[in-house]
Formats: sequence, structure tokens, C-alpha cells
Amino acid sequence: MTKNLICIICPRGCALTAEINGDEVKVSGQGCIRGEKYAIDECTNPVRTVTSIIRVSNREDTMVSCKTENPIPKDKIFETMEIIRKTNVNAPVAIGDVLCDNVFGTKVIATKEIK
Amino acid sequence: MIEHDIVIIGGGPAGMAAAVAAFDAGIKDTVILDREDTLGGILRQCIHNGFGLHKLGKELTGPEYAAVYAKKVEERGIKVYTETMVTDLSADKIVTASSREGILKIKAKAVILAMGCRERSRGALNICGTRPAGIFSAGTAQKLINCEGYGVGKRVVILGSGDIGLIMARRMSLEGAKVEAVCEIMPYSGGLTRNIVQCLEDFGIPLYLSTTVAEIHGNRRLEGVTIAEVGPDRRTIEETKRFIPCDTLLLSVGLIPENELTRSAGIPIVPVTNGAIVDENRQTAIPGIFACGNVLQVHDLVDYVSDEAEIAGLGAAEYLQDKLSDAKTIDTKAGFGVRYVLPQKVSIDPAKDTSLFLRVSAPYGKVRFTVSSGDEVLATAVRLKAVPGEMEKINIPADKLAAATDTVTVSLEEL
Amino acid sequence: MTYDVLIAGAGVIGGMVARELSKYKLSVCLIEKENDVAMGASKANSGIIHGGFDPEPDTLKARLNVSGVDMLYEAAKELNVPFKNNGSLVCAFGADEEPAIHKLFERGIKNGVKNMKLLSGEEARKEEPRLSEACTLALLIPTAGIICPYQLTVAAIGNAMDNGVELKTNFEISKIERGEAFTLTSKKGETLKGKYLINCAGGYSDKVAEMAGDCDFTIIPRAGEYLLIDKTEGETVTHTIFQVPSKEGKGILVTPTADGNLLTGPTAGVVESPEHTEITQKGIDTVLKLASKSVPDINFRQVITSFSGVRSSDKNDDFIIEASKKVEGLVNVAAIDSPGISSCVAIARCVVEIMGDIGAELTAKNSWDGKRENTHAFCEMSDEEKDAYIKKNPAYGKIICRCETITEGEILDAIRRNPKAPDMDGVKRRTRAGMGRCQGGFCSPYVMKLIAKEQGIPMEQVTKKGEGSYIVTGKI
Repeated sequence: MTKNLICIICPRGCALTAEINGDEVKVSGQGCIRGEKYAIDECTNPVRTVTSIIRVSNREDTMVSCKTENPIPKDKIFETMEIIRKTNVNAPVAIGDVLCDNVFGTKVIATKEIK
Repeated sequence: MIEHDIVIIGGGPAGMAAAVAAFDAGIKDTVILDREDTLGGILRQCIHNGFGLHKLGKELTGPEYAAVYAKKVEERGIKVYTETMVTDLSADKIVTASSREGILKIKAKAVILAMGCRERSRGALNICGTRPAGIFSAGTAQKLINCEGYGVGKRVVILGSGDIGLIMARRMSLEGAKVEAVCEIMPYSGGLTRNIVQCLEDFGIPLYLSTTVAEIHGNRRLEGVTIAEVGPDRRTIEETKRFIPCDTLLLSVGLIPENELTRSAGIPIVPVTNGAIVDENRQTAIPGIFACGNVLQVHDLVDYVSDEAEIAGLGAAEYLQDKLSDAKTIDTKAGFGVRYVLPQKVSIDPAKDTSLFLRVSAPYGKVRFTVSSGDEVLATAVRLKAVPGEMEKINIPADKLAAATDTVTVSLEEL
Repeated sequence: MTYDVLIAGAGVIGGMVARELSKYKLSVCLIEKENDVAMGASKANSGIIHGGFDPEPDTLKARLNVSGVDMLYEAAKELNVPFKNNGSLVCAFGADEEPAIHKLFERGIKNGVKNMKLLSGEEARKEEPRLSEACTLALLIPTAGIICPYQLTVAAIGNAMDNGVELKTNFEISKIERGEAFTLTSKKGETLKGKYLINCAGGYSDKVAEMAGDCDFTIIPRAGEYLLIDKTEGETVTHTIFQVPSKEGKGILVTPTADGNLLTGPTAGVVESPEHTEITQKGIDTVLKLASKSVPDINFRQVITSFSGVRSSDKNDDFIIEASKKVEGLVNVAAIDSPGISSCVAIARCVVEIMGDIGAELTAKNSWDGKRENTHAFCEMSDEEKDAYIKKNPAYGKIICRCETITEGEILDAIRRNPKAPDMDGVKRRTRAGMGRCQGGFCSPYVMKLIAKEQGIPMEQVTKKGEGSYIVTGKI
């Protein structure tokens, strides 16, 4: 299988081509070594950080912003959103507080303080 | 009337970093005035990540980046007037502000302008058609969703591929909306590549270049838009018009520095940046009034806003300490391929290195920037790629700058 | 109950008629199909108080315009609506246009317009330095002025309500029956009864007349597109600059507005319906091109919005103000296009006379108060006065709209006082919050929250301009 990617590591934005043969990924088009790693990661295990908000139950009209502490698999973005949507949060919240545990190998943590 | 040494107008990333720098340089009576109830400015609604890689060495979300600086402000005991909006600034540095407590008048010894910018509105674009509900600037939608917690629509078209537009395409998708298209009137996107990949491609959202929204339909709520390709004159091509049903149109068509106070003080502004003319300390034409952040020039990275604000904060402190160089200043100028250079003036002070910030006027591949004065080359820099969406920074060593006699020009050549 | 008088249409004419009738011991209900007042032509026109040189002599337009100007200035003062007697200049650009100026001058004299003066191009440019070099002759009309048409409408209706008039919005008439009294049925099935019916329904006045059983006129809707430019350009001109009608159209004006913006337009094209308020590329291009004929260096980069208003015309090019010959108790006030604003008070007084003629009992109230408290009082205060005022009312210290410097206190006033602002556009028209250069980008979420709180409704029920124009879809 062949996959075309744009490298996002630096502003140059190299157009990469990745040939995928089972576990083996062959990359071409990269301007530097970082592009090769990016393409291999994107083809074998693409991950993303998900950020969102959760309504604070015990405060009027207050939202707390949150993120996955580490990136989660790209194909789990919408499932992660579902988990975040169902999460209940009560203030006070500090930045870094765990809002939900065990989300595809990481946690969802608060990115904003709610006193 | 009360008095303060340094009054900083705006408590966003620029205002906070400027306050911390001024305080650390020895001016303890530094205060921040902000119209909102907490510090942070627009970062409070930018819940996505990608902030701080350059400045703090880690990737943070907007609220986290803001919190880092808010903590620094708090730790130093810098006074913050919240829910206080400055309504007037005079050339002799009298700041008039309004709050629930009354009208506040402050006589400042130095002022730092850090008011940020606003989004260009629909009106400025002259889009034809009706005037229904459902048309938002991307930042307004971002605030309604991220700060107020309300959805703004189910089927969305976005005009403008600047970073806020791209970020909102992903945000709306995550909240279950269908983003039908992102239209960009220019032949290239003004957004970061990373955002095009992670905000559009990840969600299968098409980006149409050289395309604009030609008409708006619907009387009550938006019912759809007509999009069309544009020719080189940026006028729509009739045959390419097509209708896209949608209930929401987000506009991400440019940011405009909020320089109303700058104007009221009589400070000269240049059209190319829509910001004040400043020297290397970010001092405006009025001694003791400084400017930094998006009110001076629209930045793509908050990290550079913080850098610029530190320069202004230090400059204001040195102004009060009578340490600013009184060396001769010379003008800077944008040469071939360069849209603007900031600062517009630099002093020939052999003691200091100086950085020039600039944007190119069109997308380029590999280029070499040359900074010259007369026949003297002061600095060169090679970039693998240069695009208008990304600000470039070129350092001029102090000894080289000392050799400058005439206007300093930055130009590029394609390699 | 049966009202003495029903007025169909809460525009500037319906509003002024309501205010005049509120002087008498009558029960009056003002009916509007939209969510708010001033939703038709009254919210989107040039806002010009014309001197009266333009209408053909011996028409209603000529009579009511010339007599109405002073009445309007007086009413505006009582209602505390900002206006400016800035004078207007009608300009000829070249010798071929000069005869038209002389003709307008003569017509103005016949109509009784005072103090007009002919100026050479040079004299005109002394008055207006940015006027085109091509101007060779101009007619100065010192009595002309500018006023904000929707603020005038809001104030007139607010004052009428303070004097006992009721306002019924969202009542779109679908049926009119004439029994003992008029019975009006709305699309939603509500009914209202009244002994007299005054038809001020603007673009729909022919439909209302027809439903009432009288249909001897047809409204021709004509759209006018405008470009509104930021206050930074508000001093481009001080007079209202008109062009003489030419083959390219009736002429585009360039004028400051009573609020300090610069306005250019309108185009003039017959459209299908009064709802046809789309902005067209052709319209924008026309305004850009023709406005530049008067003032070549208008800074169109500072355009903050474009809008279109549909004027209601009749084939005879005159106002229709008369008791119906067929239907007893019906008074038609229709085809009020330009100079409608200039004539609105005179028209309303004319309607009162007709009401007397057809038998309405007009007994003056002792308690009538024509004064309306100044909505703009706060922003006109000095800093010291503001400070004292905020100390008593802290909401006036919180600025919500930064472009126009509008405070929470002023927005709450607009939501609370007659006629209560029901939606976002209503707040905007009453306070200018959201009308500045950012067009509501920053303040709209705050204004929405204030409306939701004051009306006790969830955010998703806050609308831009009534039913169906929701802004948010609900909580995430």
C-alpha cells in the first residue's frame, strides 16, 4: 500500500510517500531524517492529542478545558470524545487534575483551574 | 487621579509577559488593566494544544500557557485591574478606564500597549446575499463553544484557512458537526501545515483554494452558501458557482490589530501591519509608550508574542531608568519578496544584537534573506521554505549593525 | 376587548401615528408581524431629513415634506433621538447636469423650501473639500438633516407605549373581517378587534388593504443597497451629498450618519417582494462606482457592513393617505417611500385629522407626556458625571461592546424599557452594541447571556431577529 503524506515537523512541509509492506515502511521524499520517522509513525501508529471541554456540575455556566495527557491512537479520537462527554466534573479543579482515567492508555486531565 | 510607573493595557499573553519583564527589570509599580475578569486574553478560549514549544520547551494548550504567565504575575504581586476597560489614552500618558467601581484615571510614567487584535467581519468582505443568523467569526464561535459550552451549528462551511479557521474545523467536527468545506480565496493557505493535516485531513474536510463564498442564503437561519472559484483578480467566476447547504458559516478571514487607543494618543500607525511604528525596544513615536503582541503585528505563534512583550517590558523599564540608548536610529525597509519588517527603526547601538521580524509577500521555496545597508551586508539567513503565514526572525550581530549607515533593507532571493 | 384603534405595522409611520393617537383618550394597539419594531424599510434607509425640493409641487409629498421637517426636528428633540441639521448639497458634475439643478432650485422655491442657495463648484468645494473636482454647480439646502431612522421609530413607539399604546409583535395578519368592528386573525390563530384600522403596513399595505376589502393600489417594492463605512471615515463629508438623477440611476448619496459613520447608497431596483433584501454584487459595484463620482477618495477599505432596504412605492409617485371609500373605519397610509422619514410626523398628524373626519372621538388626555428619557444620556456624560453615575449603577461601568463603548447598563435598559428589545438585532438597533467595526464578534456572547437572563429563557432561545433565527443549538 502507498500513502501520501505532508510532513508537519518543520515549515518546509515535504511531500512524503510511504510504501507499506506488512511491518516494513519505506519512505521517500523527505528532506531530513525527521521526516522519515514522522512518516513511519503516521503509517504504523498515528496518534493525536484530543482537547475538549467539560461542563462543571457544581458551578453555573462554567466549562473546564481538558486534554489527553498523552496522545491517543488517531482512530480513537471520537471514542475519546464520547468518554469526555460523559465525564462529570466538580469544582474545584486544578490544572493537571485527572478528570477521567484509563482512556486508551492515558488520562484526560484539566487544562484550566476552576476555583 | 492615581499614579503608576508602568501601565500595561491588556492582560493577554503580551501584557502578562511585558509585566513580568518590566517587574524583573526593577520596576515594581507595574500594573495590568484588563477588560475580562481573569488574565489570559484570547488564550482562554484556545483550548487546543501547540503553544509553548519554542518559549517553554513543551507543548501546552492555550489555557495552560496563559496560566504559566498568570502565575508569574501573581507570584510577583503585580497589581491587576480586572473588568477594567481602557477607553482613552492621551499623548501625555493619562489612561482613562471604566469599571464597575467607576471611572479610573491613571497618570502613567510609561505605557505598554497590549490590546491584541480582532477578527475581520463579514461586513468588511462585502459578501452578497441575505443577513441570517448562523454567521460567526471563527473566534466568536470558538468562545461560544469553548467558554460558554454551546454548539453553534450542525453543517458548517468555513471561509478562510487561517489557523483559527482550521482549528475550528476540527473543533466543530469533534462536537459532531459536519464541516462541508473550507474555502480559501488565495491560491495557498495561510495556516500552518500541521493544522491542515491534523484539522482538515484527519477529518476528511476538503480545502478549496482560490475559492470564496459568493452568496449567503436564508432569511432567518442560514440555509446555505454559494461558493465559487475566483480569478487572478479575486472576482468570482460565474460558471464555477455551486450551492452548499449549511446552517453555519464561520469566517476566518484575517485579524486586525485593535489600535483605537494608539490612535487616540496620536501614535503613527503603518497600514502594512496596522500597528504602530516602533524601534527595537518596541517604543512608539511617543517616548514612554511601547507596543507589543498582536496590537503591534499579528503573530502566528504565541511564543513570539511573549518574546516581543519581554522586549517591550524591558524597554519600558529602561526608559524609566534612563537606560535607553540615545544612539542615532535608522529606518528598516522591506525589499524584494518581503511584505514588512519590524521594528521599523533601529538604533545603531554597538552594545546590542538586534532581531528583525518579517513576513514574506508570497509563498517561496528555498530562499536566502539578505539584510543590507548601502553596500554593507549585515546578515544573511537561508530558509528551506518561506510562507506568508509564518513570521521569520533574523538576528543582526551588534558589531555588524554598527556598520550600518543608511536604511537597513531585508530582501530575499530564491535559491 | 375591542380596541378603539388597531394600527397595522410598527415602522416609523405606524409608530408616529401611534404616538400622535396616544395624545387622545383612545385604546390603541400597534400590530407587527416581526419580532421587533422597525423591521422593514424603517431600519434600512438613508436616514435623510430632506429639505423638500425634490417632490413635484402640489403633491402630498411636497406638502408633508416641507411642513414636516420642523415637526420632525421638534419630535426628535422631545424623543431625544440624535439628529443633525447638516444641510445637503445637490451636485452637478458637468454642464449637461446643470439645468437639472436649476430646475430643482425652482421646484424647491415653489414647494416653499427656505434658504436654498446655488453654489459654484468652487464654492461647493469650500463647503466640502473632498467633493469631486468635476462638480460645477451645486444647490445648498440648509434645512436638510440626518437622523437615525430606527432609533426614531423605537423612540416614537416607546413613547407611545409609555402613554398607553399596546404593542403586539409576531402577529402576522392572515384575515381581516369587518363586522361590528374589525377582527384581525393572525397566522397563528390569535385575534384582535378594533373599531378603526389604520394600515401602515409598508411593503404589505396593499395586502392588508385587500384583506380589509379595499384594493385600489399596488405597492411596487424597490430595493436600495447601501455600504456603511467605519466612524474613522465619518468626517469625509459634513453635508449630505446628492447627485442629480441621470441615466445611470436616481443618484447615489454620500452622507455622514447621525451616529457618525459614513453612508453611501442607495441603488434602486424593483424587486419581487418586500422581503427581498439581498445584497448583490451589481449593487455593491454600482455604489462603489457612483459614490466615487461625488467624492473620489472615499476609503472603501473601511466598509463595516452592507445592507439593503425595500421601499414601498406607488405608480403615481405620491403618498397614499386616505380613509377608504369602500370600507368604513379603514385608513390607508401607504406608499411611504422617500421623503417618508422627513414627513413622518406630518403624515401622522394628517392621519389624526382623517380619524376625526371619519368620526373617531378625539378627546385629549391630560396626562400625555411626549418626552422620552435620553437613551444616550450615559455616553454623553463627562468622565466625572459617568463616575458618579457608575457608583450608583455599577452596570454602567462594565463595557460590553468595545467598538462602540456600550455598557451593560445601557444594554439592560434596551432589554427592559419600552419597546423592549426582544433579540440581538433589537439590542443592536437600540444601543449600537455590535454595530461597530467588529460587528458583534466580541460582544455577542455577552449580549446573548444578558437577553437570556433578563427574559428567563435558555441561550438557544435567544434569536438574532425572531422565530427561526436561533444562534446556538444548545448545551454541549
